[in-house]
Amino acid sequence: MEAAIAGIGATEFSKESGRSELRLAAEAVLAALADAGLDPSDVDGMVTFTQDSNQEISVAKEIGAGDLTFFSRVHYGGGAACGTVMHAAMAVATGMADTVVCYRAFNERSGRRFGQPDARLGGEPSSQGLEMSWHVPYGLMTPAAWVAMFAQRYMHTTGATSEDFGRVAVAMRRHASTNPAAWFHQRPITLAEHQESRWIVEPLHLLDCCQESDGAVAVVVTTAERARDLRQAPALITAAAQGAGAGQMMMTSYYRDGMDGLPEISVVGRRLWEMSGLGPSDIQTAILYDHFTPFVLMQLEELGFCGRGEARSYIQDGGIELGGRLPVNPHGGQLGEAYIHGMNGIAEAVRQVRGSSVNQVPGVHNVLVTAGTGVPTSGLILSAA
Amino acid sequence: MTSDELLELADKQIAMGELRGSPSDDPVNAPMIRHWLDAMGNRNPLFLDKGLAPPSMAQVWTMSGVKRGKDPSPVDDLLKALDAHGYTGVVATNCEHTYHRYVRVGERLTPGTRFTSLAGPKKTAMGEGYFATWNVTWYDEDSEPVAEMMFRVLKFRPRVRREPYPLKPAVNRDTAFFWEGVRQGELRIQRCSSCGSLRHPPGPVCPSCHSTEQGYVVACGEGTVYSYVVHHHPPVPGKETPFVVAVVELPEGVRIVGNIVDCPVEAVGIGMSLRVTYRPMDDELILPMWAPRET
Repeated sequence: MEAAIAGIGATEFSKESGRSELRLAAEAVLAALADAGLDPSDVDGMVTFTQDSNQEISVAKEIGAGDLTFFSRVHYGGGAACGTVMHAAMAVATGMADTVVCYRAFNERSGRRFGQPDARLGGEPSSQGLEMSWHVPYGLMTPAAWVAMFAQRYMHTTGATSEDFGRVAVAMRRHASTNPAAWFHQRPITLAEHQESRWIVEPLHLLDCCQESDGAVAVVVTTAERARDLRQAPALITAAAQGAGAGQMMMTSYYRDGMDGLPEISVVGRRLWEMSGLGPSDIQTAILYDHFTPFVLMQLEELGFCGRGEARSYIQDGGIELGGRLPVNPHGGQLGEAYIHGMNGIAEAVRQVRGSSVNQVPGVHNVLVTAGTGVPTSGLILSAA
Repeated sequence: MTSDELLELADKQIAMGELRGSPSDDPVNAPMIRHWLDAMGNRNPLFLDKGLAPPSMAQVWTMSGVKRGKDPSPVDDLLKALDAHGYTGVVATNCEHTYHRYVRVGERLTPGTRFTSLAGPKKTAMGEGYFATWNVTWYDEDSEPVAEMMFRVLKFRPRVRREPYPLKPAVNRDTAFFWEGVRQGELRIQRCSSCGSLRHPPGPVCPSCHSTEQGYVVACGEGTVYSYVVHHHPPVPGKETPFVVAVVELPEGVRIVGNIVDCPVEAVGIGMSLRVTYRPMDDELILPMWAPRET
């Protein structure tokens, strides 16, 4: 694919930004453009999530951009993250735009919290409202609960335990502890602390759940050729994919298979490997969407880093920690750094490709990135030029 | 007891005719008359001057005290039956007096009661109920009637106004059959009228044969736990934590999500046998839920 990420930008990650979501979006976009050495007047395309409350034209107006020739939105919550970059890459590859900014900005902790139940979820007779209506009346209405239903079945069929989930949390908090941008900077946890943390929705403890955060992240996508002439070393978009499985639902795909896998990530993985010609052994570090720990294990299996039911062995003995066989989320992920709906992970992947991360993995050439799982999702492979 | 049985009992009580009670404990007397006149604000001096009781006092003379046994009455058994049938509310609706003559201080009265009619069930603003009517006649020492009263009450089933349950499902023409089934105590699974495929959750088009003709079968009501969660946090409107939600696998071959009830949280496990149960959540919504199956 002839596109690259040329710039990344972010606000600080907090629990209360103290400013509007539009301001957060504008700040992150301006930071990404400055990182790339581009001017707002260069921007002619914008992509964000359907869930973002900041219109493309509103952000463009704040930063003083000129005419836009491409704007697009990607649906399905955090599953949109890598999809925004895919849409942007398609736009620059087809000549629909030259410089496309992808952004996500929210006060997800101090404003509307996704972890809180919203009784309106099942209220509307849209296809999604009707889908929710088979679940919400029973109080099954938080992301933790939707994921816990898969986790319970996964434990049953694979023998994975809560401690195996805990090892993911310990790894992420270890990585965050040496990342000054992370909310949990210098605050690692032990497996015992994970086990002692309160139940949220059994089998998930509090420390199986990612943070809720305020903040914004933006990335600038342009053609690979142009990116080579800009300020930073480009992160080439070697492969990009969206994926939904047969019988997919938003977060409650309980009716289609054994409930111990994530078919949508399998779709994305197959596409990424086909498009790039690469395989798991070509990846030096992975950014795996870690809203809830069990899905990190299931992603490792779906993407082929290990066999079915083997992730619990794969992550033993620091397998996904820095220095392990596949360092996952060196920035600390959404469990450790911040929950910016997966966009902060894309920024970390760019840093790993540039060789500029505070938790740099040695010899990085290719980084695999995934977006929200359990929902229709997306993925990227970013590579050094 | 059915409505017919209540009406039969009423006929029986009517057939008993009038049952005489005991004569009043005290004769008609000046102190009670004085209290009554005071309480009613009646300043007419003639009653006490002439030793006459106000006719509207008829009931006062034979009213039994709270601690004394009551005389048998054809009304009591019927009121008890109505209570037992859930018509526990009561409101007096009519009271008509007929006076034959004034009663004098020193006279002793005896009541006679007959049950006259039961009408219902009727829908009223208070709730569904029956109108029960009886007559009381007061007799003097010569068994001559001095006053009569027709008394009517509405015995009703109090309407329980429940807080609206906040977690309502959206329903449209593709899913209405399911919720209609739940109201009738049926667990309905969509069945394609063309190819016979079963499907839950339902939808407008059969994914197998693309038919839009959809019927349903009624599930046998049994299932097993395929997966489950125990919700602790955060609080969910309309629910008390912890509560269990399960993916239930039905022998018909589809899965459905619901709460597990009537079971300690710790006892729930994958593979557990369940039976459907229907729980009213408010005045409108009933949800199918799952309880452990007796083996």
